[in-house]
Amino acid sequence: MSVMNPILKNHLCKLPVGTVIVGKWHNHAYKIVKPLGSGANGAVYLAESMKGLVAIKLSDNGTSITSEVNVLKRFSKVQGAALGPSLLDMDDWFDPYTNRAIPFYVMEYIKGEEFFSFIKKRGKEWIVILVLQLLSALDQLHEEGWVFGDLKPENLLVAGMPPTVRLLDVGGTTLQGRAIKEFTEFYDRGYWGLGSRKADPAYDLFAVAMIMIHACYPLKFERKENTRQQLFTMIRADATLRKYQNVLMKAIDGAYKRAIDMKRDLVAAIHHDDLPSKPFVAPKQSSSRKQHHKKSKKRSGVLETAFIVVTLLCVYALYLYGQIL
Amino acid sequence: MRKGTLRQILLITDGCSNHGEDPIAMAALAKEQGITVNVIGVLDQDTMDENGLREIEGIAMAGGGISQVVYAKQLSQTVQMVTRKAMTQTLQGVVNRELKQILGSNVSMEDLPPEKRGEVMEIVDELGETVELEVLILVDTSGSMKTKLPTVKEALFDLSLSLNARMGDNLFSVFVFPGKHEDVEKVLDWTPKLEALSSVFPKLTSGGLTPTGPALRRAVSHFQKTRSLRSLIVRDESYFEESSM
Ligand SMILES: Nc1ncnc2c1ncn2[C@@H]1O[C@H](COP(=O)(O)OP(=O)(O)OP(=O)(O)O)[C@@H](O)[C@H]1O
Ligand SMILES: [Mg+2]
Repeated sequence: MSVMNPILKNHLCKLPVGTVIVGKWHNHAYKIVKPLGSGANGAVYLAESMKGLVAIKLSDNGTSITSEVNVLKRFSKVQGAALGPSLLDMDDWFDPYTNRAIPFYVMEYIKGEEFFSFIKKRGKEWIVILVLQLLSALDQLHEEGWVFGDLKPENLLVAGMPPTVRLLDVGGTTLQGRAIKEFTEFYDRGYWGLGSRKADPAYDLFAVAMIMIHACYPLKFERKENTRQQLFTMIRADATLRKYQNVLMKAIDGAYKRAIDMKRDLVAAIHHDDLPSKPFVAPKQSSSRKQHHKKSKKRSGVLETAFIVVTLLCVYALYLYGQIL
Repeated sequence: MRKGTLRQILLITDGCSNHGEDPIAMAALAKEQGITVNVIGVLDQDTMDENGLREIEGIAMAGGGISQVVYAKQLSQTVQMVTRKAMTQTLQGVVNRELKQILGSNVSMEDLPPEKRGEVMEIVDELGETVELEVLILVDTSGSMKTKLPTVKEALFDLSLSLNARMGDNLFSVFVFPGKHEDVEKVLDWTPKLEALSSVFPKLTSGGLTPTGPALRRAVSHFQKTRSLRSLIVRDESYFEESSM
């Protein structure tokens, strides 16, 4: 997200249907069909063009348009990836209402449904399926040296048959090792006090865990004193999430170096219950309980020794007392 | 491209100044010395009064920076966003100036064909990541701000989290106005660790006057200190001057 001039922004979000946008450099024309959405960085419209239906993003912030185009260009070089929509055009439109050149870019229109509304309609079993797809896409992006950054359900569309998750809004996409360009507090590990804002694959994986949690707790919640404990308690309390508690906690703790490792563990957790009846033991808990046992045993041992020593001392004292008498 | 230092003043306030020099004049003074002034207006519930709003915009405009009015709840997200955006804006100015030198004419990034802008943007990004940054934070602690101070502190921690993720070094300093004995009081001298603030912030007292102008003047002169400090360490240092843009 970034700050936009409020007056201009308002105007750009309310372009009337039928407005024709013509680029001053390439002369391509786009006729606005309907708004698709708007955020802190601009407004996105569905538009008709010579190439058919496209999505067009306008912003009075040329910097953000240019950086997003930079990222989309890079992604188009990555083969067969579901990384963001493909880039079709970039230009400036002379806006007659404000007498200013408005930078815009044109991309593939992704006809899909928002992540959460898809899950609401089709069922919770889709959460983990879509997350597995997302992890594959993220792994590809990470291998290219990037981090998506502003990962949140609003930036995920489920499109096509079979339903496939697609990433939108590359405004937060950052080179690894640099400071995350854009983020949304709820999905940001920095906000939760659980890590830095330096771009590494684990940054995205934290957001993936938060997306899964949020999918099961539709009401947004705020951070409390002990954030890690807070999230852990919520995971334990939800039937869907509990199944993946170890994977989720590892992602929250930043323990996964690669998306593909998290994917592998998720797959294993999905099939865990299908395996021949091996009793389920959550490794972390059982080990800590064992330790607890050991500790109390040790403590009673210490008590025993102390008791003997004290008794002996008493006897010795009585003996000395007797001697003196 | 040469390395330099970006200097910013971040003013966090909730309304109008009522004491001392005109803050807009002081912001213009800052700009003349290569310091950008950004202003964040913090709201309680309802809207800010017209005068307060106009002053906030005026200060940012005169200081070559950005202004934004937000509810206290959005403060963290806004503080880091405004700081980053102002950095990019200044750096873009620097790059545009270099472009003019190379191309000899009045070219800025917007005048380049879209295909060429990408490369310029990459330079701006790179600079934003590596440049040294000095941020002086100026917090209004007049009566009405009292309830918002814990949120302000949170937002400043959040800012240091964002800026410390960069490769470049940061220096922070914090002043409050009005101070206990003077118009403005230093609560944190130049340090790379903004977290040090936690020990000094709680003992703030809120008073009735709002001497925004004098506070800005003091802030500008406090930058002189890093200049002399740094010139002791590094002899050949250059600064990105906002004024020559
Ligand atoms: N290529 C596309 N195809 C279909 N819908 C799109 C496309 N691009 C964007 N949208 C829709 O428009 C909305 C806003 O787009 P986008 O996220 O890029 O804007 P933004 O200004 O960067 O918002 P923010 O930064 O607040 O997330 C998206 O949430 C999505 O619903
Ligand atoms: Mg978005």
